[in-house]
Amino acid sequence: MEKKVYSRTIGINDSISGFCPGCMHSTIHKFIGEVEEELGIVERLVRVEGVGCCGLGQKYVTHDTTLAPHGRACAVATGLKRTSPDSIVYTYQGDGDLASIGLAETMHAANRGENISVIFINNAIYGMTGGQMAPTTLLGMKTTTTPGGRDPEKKHGYPMHMCEILNQLTAPYYLERVTIIDPASARRTKAAIKKAFQYQMEGRGFCMVEIVTSCPTNWGLTPVKALDFIRENMLKEFPLGVIRDHGCEKSGSSETN
Amino acid sequence: MAKVFMKGCEAIAESAVRAGCRFFAGYPITPQNEIPEYFARRLPEIGGTFVQGESEIASVNMIYGAAQTGTRVMSSSSSTGISLYSEGISFLASARIPAVIVNVARGGPGIGDIRPAQMDYLQATKASGNGGFRMIVYVPSTVQECVDMVYEAFDVAFRDENPVMILADGVLGTMMEPVVLPEMKSDAEVQSLKDAHRPKAIVGHPLAERALAHPGNIGEDHELRNKQAAAMYETWQTNSLRAEHFMDEDADILIASYGISARVSKAAIRDLRKEGYKVGLIRPLIASPFPYADYENINFDRVKGILDVEMSIPALMKWDVEHAVRGRTPIRECLRSGGNIMTKEKVLAEAHALIKEVLG
Amino acid sequence: MVKGRIEIRSESCKACGYCIKFCPKNVLDFGKDVNPQGYRYITMVRPENCIGCATCALMCPDAAIEVYREEA
Repeated sequence: MEKKVYSRTIGINDSISGFCPGCMHSTIHKFIGEVEEELGIVERLVRVEGVGCCGLGQKYVTHDTTLAPHGRACAVATGLKRTSPDSIVYTYQGDGDLASIGLAETMHAANRGENISVIFINNAIYGMTGGQMAPTTLLGMKTTTTPGGRDPEKKHGYPMHMCEILNQLTAPYYLERVTIIDPASARRTKAAIKKAFQYQMEGRGFCMVEIVTSCPTNWGLTPVKALDFIRENMLKEFPLGVIRDHGCEKSGSSETN
Repeated sequence: MAKVFMKGCEAIAESAVRAGCRFFAGYPITPQNEIPEYFARRLPEIGGTFVQGESEIASVNMIYGAAQTGTRVMSSSSSTGISLYSEGISFLASARIPAVIVNVARGGPGIGDIRPAQMDYLQATKASGNGGFRMIVYVPSTVQECVDMVYEAFDVAFRDENPVMILADGVLGTMMEPVVLPEMKSDAEVQSLKDAHRPKAIVGHPLAERALAHPGNIGEDHELRNKQAAAMYETWQTNSLRAEHFMDEDADILIASYGISARVSKAAIRDLRKEGYKVGLIRPLIASPFPYADYENINFDRVKGILDVEMSIPALMKWDVEHAVRGRTPIRECLRSGGNIMTKEKVLAEAHALIKEVLG
Repeated sequence: MVKGRIEIRSESCKACGYCIKFCPKNVLDFGKDVNPQGYRYITMVRPENCIGCATCALMCPDAAIEVYREEA
């Protein structure tokens, strides 16, 4: 008796995603789709899309979607959720969108404890615009706007740790940093997205899942080599784990994969 | 209908509530702080939501989000704050999302002056943001007009699926006048307005009924959306041209003015009439689209000159007046700025100068 | 030994190689054929080894793999 054990989720349509080979945006969209099916919220899910590669998702996902001006996803989500409390509202934002141009909107939505879920894709670079420095770019990392590598001596600044920054606020309910470099971490990422949506369904308030990903195209690496770069470099700067989980007794533990 | 004595800002807010507005987001800026303060007290009483945004940018994006659930929304600011709304207004126009935005204008450019001015005319009527969209702009001159125009603006925003602006000024926002408030829409009516929008609302739908609010797109789709918007703007030529004509039937001198300056101009016209001069007024009630057609009905054999009265230096509405007049009669400027409110004496002096120039 | 099988949406495959890397039974490799996107999409080179664990499908960004398992 043959049984189907892994199906393509109905959360994405039949098209081919617009993302590059190995891009984890595709993986994360797939996980969001699987989670919405598992939670039975296909008819309630609302996506607020950031600007950048994130914007390629609107033609791929099958749930209600709006596009926020660059950086403003958390403000748009605030308006949506406050006036449609039964909707499950998530923002989908990259590092430039969330941590640079949208830093204020992110911080203040978190500080108000807005009951929204933030999916934050951190690959340390601007993808859509062609590989410029992001607020999360690693020291020494060459980008098109830091051709000699990111250098604090040249006032390029340091990588910003958004989970830790938001952890200074009182209101956020759940903050976790995950990645997708092997099957275990992939499962962990999907579980984190699911937890953030569940907490929203329970009315717990602001949750953010930071997903450390790659940009093989702009990093100049094959997708598989880029996995090694995440493991060896990105995760040293952005350690994985639950930064805060008020729904878990082990709140504040630095659980890692 | 009983009259109540209300401050302009508060009357604007109450009128919005009565029109069914149930979400307001805004950021403090003088001279319009009484609008968010009023909403902060009033909306919770009727099941609405007030959010103090962390900035104007956040506030306009909050109403952009809230409007997408079919909720009637408003935000207000003043001049330099409205500049920060530009991107959000452009997104509202692009995604065809209804919202009402109030500008209680102050001096400019830059941070300008917290006192009243009319220096945002071109920004409001021609380019409130990138991308060549258009927006209906009401220009009230009394608190009663503020109330009536705000009430109507919500219906117009939903009719057109487009943002609508009320361009007031610091005089109207802070003065108190007796007003008749419009009827309060019932909770059931407000809910049914929201329900009617549900198929398009970004609230979650079954797969086959997915709603997508896209302010951007590429290629043919984008051009099609531009064409659809342009066709909608064209409908305003039949449903949204509105101007007041005051004592202009026999006039040989016309004053072109709007808002609070037009109100001052009317006082000057009454004095000029007593002096025996045939002076009248054409005043847009809606400045975008501009009522150019009203100028086509002018007998330019009789009208010898136009006085453009604005609280702005340089003159801004004059661009529209020039476009309407097309050189058929001379236009003189009567301008104040720097927080100086237009005075009857100033209008009289400039009118006399124009009369001397063109009538001898 | 559990027996598994996968179905590949060849047009969706972008040949990133994640499934090949993480398959515990070395079932998969790039094929000889190229899809309309220009990618040498994956194929089962050792189908007999597949246990239907779905690790390939989990790791596939583009949801190009669906997995079946023979149950006793």
